[in-house]
Amino acid sequence: MQHFAYSRVATLADAINAMQQPDAMVIAGGTELLNWMKEGIAAPARLIDVNGIADLAQVTADDRGLRIGALARLSDVAEHPVVRTAYPAIAQALLASASPQIRNMATIGGNLMQRTRCPYFRAEVEVPCNKRRPGSGCAAMSGNDRTAAVLGATAQCIATHPSDLAVALAALDATVHVTGASGPRSIPLVSFYRQPDGTTERETRLDAGELITAIEVPASAVARQSRYLKLRERASYEFALVSVAVGLDVEEGRIRAASIALGGVAPKPWRLCATEDALQRVTLSDEAAVRKTLTADFADATPGRHNGFKVELAKRAVVRALQMAGEGA
Amino acid sequence: MRTSAPSQPGGGIAADDTVAISLHINGELRHVLTDRRATLLDTLRERLALTGTKKGCDRGECGACTVHIDGRRVLACLALAVMAEGREVITIEGVTPADGLHPVQASFIEHDALQCGYCTPGQVMSAIACIREGRATSDDEIREFMSGNLCRCSAYPQIVAAVRAAAAGA
Repeated sequence: MQHFAYSRVATLADAINAMQQPDAMVIAGGTELLNWMKEGIAAPARLIDVNGIADLAQVTADDRGLRIGALARLSDVAEHPVVRTAYPAIAQALLASASPQIRNMATIGGNLMQRTRCPYFRAEVEVPCNKRRPGSGCAAMSGNDRTAAVLGATAQCIATHPSDLAVALAALDATVHVTGASGPRSIPLVSFYRQPDGTTERETRLDAGELITAIEVPASAVARQSRYLKLRERASYEFALVSVAVGLDVEEGRIRAASIALGGVAPKPWRLCATEDALQRVTLSDEAAVRKTLTADFADATPGRHNGFKVELAKRAVVRALQMAGEGA
Repeated sequence: MRTSAPSQPGGGIAADDTVAISLHINGELRHVLTDRRATLLDTLRERLALTGTKKGCDRGECGACTVHIDGRRVLACLALAVMAEGREVITIEGVTPADGLHPVQASFIEHDALQCGYCTPGQVMSAIACIREGRATSDDEIREFMSGNLCRCSAYPQIVAAVRAAAAGA
């Protein structure tokens, strides 16, 4: 591992100051960054340990919404009574993430800053990857693309985003609060991630020297009746092939409002806006009618050689998740 | 199993990366010279001779290095030793009484929940926490909440039985 300086900060202001130094990176849970450093994916000159900023670990809720501090641990948020009852998709997504040990370490902010699990990006011996080395190409396109994106991929990159939490937050219209040297700003979760372009290595709209401070989720009927469904090759401790977060507002069996985001299929949590519109006033128990609403959002799907199954799997997952959310009413 | 050296080849530490830290481990304050870049796992094993904590994947995938920090189960391979200063670390050595076994250890032996034994310290540390968290109330729940600990000998049925029995006696 490369040399680095290590320092601890106790306030957000000190963290922001420290981050303005060249090649500085924040470390909190460490569950992603240490692996990047071991693999040579990241080589920070300075590590800023922010675990001492107690304010950033708070989870608070009121009638208007939920605020999750960036340093809250996944396990603590998953067990939070208000999260479990008023935002169940968030609790379910967190409990489906990683392992109990990692959930005790990993933070909410760090979870959103995860990078793809594409095996070519993570390769111990470096192979072409535009995320790993800009301009080097994409080994996945000519290799095994089983886990790759079927929606939103580009000629630069076909990797998917791995976070379960981000999918639930996308469906529930969450906002990411960040702070940098020029002050705080907020970014809707659905636009927090960038689609791969000429700067594929830049995956989020977080600028250099900025830090996520909190996530806010508005309270709603849709959030209260939300559900996260994760499909993977093992029953536990595995990333999603396809996952879906849905929120529902149902009146007398008919859908008044639906909110849907997919994971495992795109470079970012993928909202199904056309489906959400088409689902209004559809009878939830009419499976054929529900399935038909998915047509437009999948019209532009671009499956590769080994991941064509994801299109059908995603459609079925949405239908099932909607049924599950409806049953939870 | 990864065998890469934690610091410099030959086990030495380059002078500019040496740090003197104090770690609360198993109820004792231990002063240790380690490498700033060293994980807690490598520091436990290479600097403190606490080799009960095992190094499996070194990437947070196998659970062999599970220890408790401030009462919670975590992975020692994904923590820098310098980040553990000021916190309470408990390893497998710290849960084993001088004159016997922890009930979870005894249950693993009773239920034949190991073959090669390499994953066992991590399994035991995880199981102690799993029971304490109240997540060992059914076989399905034990399987889910022990899923962060892999056993390549595949003693899973026996591990589930051992955890279930230990939870019943807890």
